[in-house]
Amino acid sequence: MTKKQDANTDSKPLVDFAVGIGGAAGQGIATPGNILARIFARRGLNLNAYNAYQSLIRGGHTFLTIRASNGPVRSMGDSLDVMVPLNQDTMDRHLGVMPSGSSVIYDEAKITPENTPEGVQLCPLPIKELIVGNKLAANTVAVAVILNMLGIEFDDLVDALERIFSRKGKAVVESNMEIAQRGYDYAADNFSAFPYKAPRLSKGLAVVTGNEATGMGALAAGVKFYAAYPMSPSTGVLMYIAQHARELGVMVRQVEDEIGVMNMVIGAAHAGCRAMCATSGGGFALMTEAIGMSGMIETPIVCVDVQRAGPATGMPTKTEQGDLWQLLGAGQGDYQKFIVAPVSQTDLFNTIPELFNLTDRYQCPGLVLSDLLISEGTSTVDPDDLNWQPDIDRGQMIFPNGSTSDNPYGGYNDNDYLRYVNTESGISPRAVPGVPGHIHVAASDEHDEDGTLISDEFTNPHKRRMMVEKRARKMDTVLDAIDPPELVGPNDGAATLVGFGSTWGVVLEAIEKLASENNIVVNQLHIKWIVPFHADAISSVLADSQKIIIVENNYSGQFARYLRSETGIKGDAHIRKYDGEPFMPHHIVDGVKAILARETDLYVPTHEMMV
Amino acid sequence: MTTTTTAADIVEKSIISNGIPLSNVEVTRDSYKGKIDPDWCPGCGDFGVLTAMQKALSELGKQPHECITISGIGCSSNLPGFINTYGMHTLHGRALAVATGMKMANHELTVMVTGGDGDGFGIGGNHFLHTMRRNVDLTYIVMDNQIYGLTTGQTSPTSALGMETKSTPEGNLENPINPMPLAMVGGATFVARAYTGQQAHLVDILKQAISHKGFSLVDVFSPCVTYNKDNTYQWFKARVKKLEDSGHDRTDFHSALDKGYMWGDEIPIGVFWQREDLPTLNDLEPVLDEGGPLAYRTLGITKTQSDSLMTEMM
Ligand SMILES: Cc1ncc(C[n+]2csc(CCOP(=O)(O)OP(=O)(O)O)c2C)c(N)n1
Ligand code: SF4
Ligand SMILES: [Mg+2]
Repeated sequence: MTKKQDANTDSKPLVDFAVGIGGAAGQGIATPGNILARIFARRGLNLNAYNAYQSLIRGGHTFLTIRASNGPVRSMGDSLDVMVPLNQDTMDRHLGVMPSGSSVIYDEAKITPENTPEGVQLCPLPIKELIVGNKLAANTVAVAVILNMLGIEFDDLVDALERIFSRKGKAVVESNMEIAQRGYDYAADNFSAFPYKAPRLSKGLAVVTGNEATGMGALAAGVKFYAAYPMSPSTGVLMYIAQHARELGVMVRQVEDEIGVMNMVIGAAHAGCRAMCATSGGGFALMTEAIGMSGMIETPIVCVDVQRAGPATGMPTKTEQGDLWQLLGAGQGDYQKFIVAPVSQTDLFNTIPELFNLTDRYQCPGLVLSDLLISEGTSTVDPDDLNWQPDIDRGQMIFPNGSTSDNPYGGYNDNDYLRYVNTESGISPRAVPGVPGHIHVAASDEHDEDGTLISDEFTNPHKRRMMVEKRARKMDTVLDAIDPPELVGPNDGAATLVGFGSTWGVVLEAIEKLASENNIVVNQLHIKWIVPFHADAISSVLADSQKIIIVENNYSGQFARYLRSETGIKGDAHIRKYDGEPFMPHHIVDGVKAILARETDLYVPTHEMMV
Repeated sequence: MTTTTTAADIVEKSIISNGIPLSNVEVTRDSYKGKIDPDWCPGCGDFGVLTAMQKALSELGKQPHECITISGIGCSSNLPGFINTYGMHTLHGRALAVATGMKMANHELTVMVTGGDGDGFGIGGNHFLHTMRRNVDLTYIVMDNQIYGLTTGQTSPTSALGMETKSTPEGNLENPINPMPLAMVGGATFVARAYTGQQAHLVDILKQAISHKGFSLVDVFSPCVTYNKDNTYQWFKARVKKLEDSGHDRTDFHSALDKGYMWGDEIPIGVFWQREDLPTLNDLEPVLDEGGPLAYRTLGITKTQSDSLMTEMM
């Protein structure tokens, strides 16, 4: 897991800074955010961006944090170096937590700072004079000021403005350039720059959200059929694939509801496509009966659950890891499935083709447990870490020209082909409809080897048992196909932080902070594969652990319960957060300190920023 | 005879779209005979629907392995097991959604969906509406017995007002759905009703429905002899009247609607409504313009394509 996440770190000294831009929805936070992210990434800096927002189109409070560094960046970090409040509300909410040495850039005509903390540089701008009538360019001034203070050459901004505004015509680009130049010069004359310059590295990086990475991974995996019903925070996957579907020969369908989505995906998958969908917890709940059918008829599909805070409609724009047991228990009955919780945007990309290969080989559904934090969160990715042409393994499939049957209408009637033949491996070769000589029925009722229904046949417990065992046997050796999790950090750390999925990066950063700032050495065991679960490997690592601290983004300790159910291991202490906002590194640092000092065995951090 | 597919094979296999080598076996009704004898109650109307489908398909000369019959759950939904085509026996109410995925992924297959009134108009009602408006090219055959058969006799969305069933022992309080006008207004491009007791007429309608390009609905009166003691063979025999006999114009929407609403001593059967000028969903889908069925195509994208996707992100 960590190998693939190696950051672009070819330049020292280490520079690490974070910019926050906040305002009401509709005030245009996305554009300056985008410009900054692109400029940082093109210089080769790693970055992570997280947008705290609400489920409304105008108004409210939206706060975008972009953190960049020439070292690894795996979370939004703990504090800001620059803040751009676009309204008074943002100034009031955040000024109090700005640290000494930071700067606040704002329109002096509209916003007044109150109770400025010591050491914060106030950078009031005469926006009206600088923009001379082009109101839409106000945010461009702020960007130019930030770049100047970071020692970033004006040429970088010229490039970015051209890219972003070229669709709007030459006049818009030129007006923005002029205004940017005035802002850039104004900053040079009036504000003190940072004591460091943002470095430039040899290799530019790409900027992606997790939803884009998921869509990209789907394209690489050979997905030909994608269906969805819009639901935050998963809609980005639909939009990314829809935008590229025509040129790449992928069919995208928006369906009447999530029940229809999953059933349609199963229909397309049964025809022979690699078919996929993404949703959030509420949509997933509607899909579950059909996911069980995918297991029963052994037609593989992939479904991504981008978790948001629940239950019910919950908080559509807030993050949580609260659907673990929903996925574990999805649908009625026992059936075989994969559940994987990718740990980062890069990992989302590479997990999709890997999961399709597994579901094709083992003929069962594959569920991806992501969340708003990494799926809507933005990160740089090194293009070399994305494998766009992965090996494609479809397992045992029979397509039309794979058939050698003499009787094109045979298969079922002449017993020449048994779709669910009881093999030693439990895997039965899968013919797709249209193949001569392989006619069969795929039934969601319990069925015999040939597909005949046995559900209502009076009492045939032997056949039922045979089929249950056939399907289950497929998974006997599946752990060999999946890497076990590895302990990161020294074996004799004072504690082991155990988490799953999206919290990988922030836990790792907390561990680094504990070591560098607090002289506390702990290690990390992060879990990506939930089902199948490397219970033995995990148990043996944890057996040597001084103290097991389970970190998760939910109230009830869903992962702690799962770990206990699979290994018998009860975590010694817990750090949990369920306020809708993601962990920041210091939340975990504080929790570990409190736990090691025996102040508590359940630490729930307070989110300081009111977003 | 089974093959393990590797990435290299897929490239080769995906070239095959419709060039399936067929031997010169003649299609007869027997080609469509299933391995299993139906488990319906003796006298159930669904036997006649099965026979009529087998006749219609063989008379049309369809190849069994190029057809797929997809059902939901119910007595009637057991049909795919009794007919020799590819089949799927899906979830209660979900057959149309599964069938849409199937048709769009392999538009060269002949897709038929079979099921009951509860399956299609009750639990599956939402999919019914949307499959019609999309004009998905499939034939939807409903065995309408105005009752929930498999669950032993509860009221259904087509049960008559006042009907006594096991869930409405004092009589049904709710107005029934009339699938004919519902389908016409919903955008179905072929809307017909038939009666299992009139085989030749049913076969003829099924042939037209299967040949129709677009969404076709055939709602077939198919008496449940065990749980519906109201809508019996005698009941239908006295009431059903062929539209053809009164000279109906199936391209006249308003007249079709009027006929569709007729219910009582006289209940019309036949093709109420058909329009052939609308493209099907797979006609409209540019991804299917060339390259054969989606399901048989090469997976993945080229380096040139992925480079261009990456450039957007830099
Ligand atoms: C989700 C779900 N709910 C309920 C059932 C139980 N069930 C099976 S068939 C059926 C109704 C069948 O009626 P209909 O569709 O009219 O078919 P018929 O048996 O009359 O042919 C019901 C309620 C089920 N299988 N799945
Ligand atoms: S219960 Fe009714 S619908 Fe079901 S098989 Fe018997 S007669 Fe047919
Ligand atoms: Mg019924």
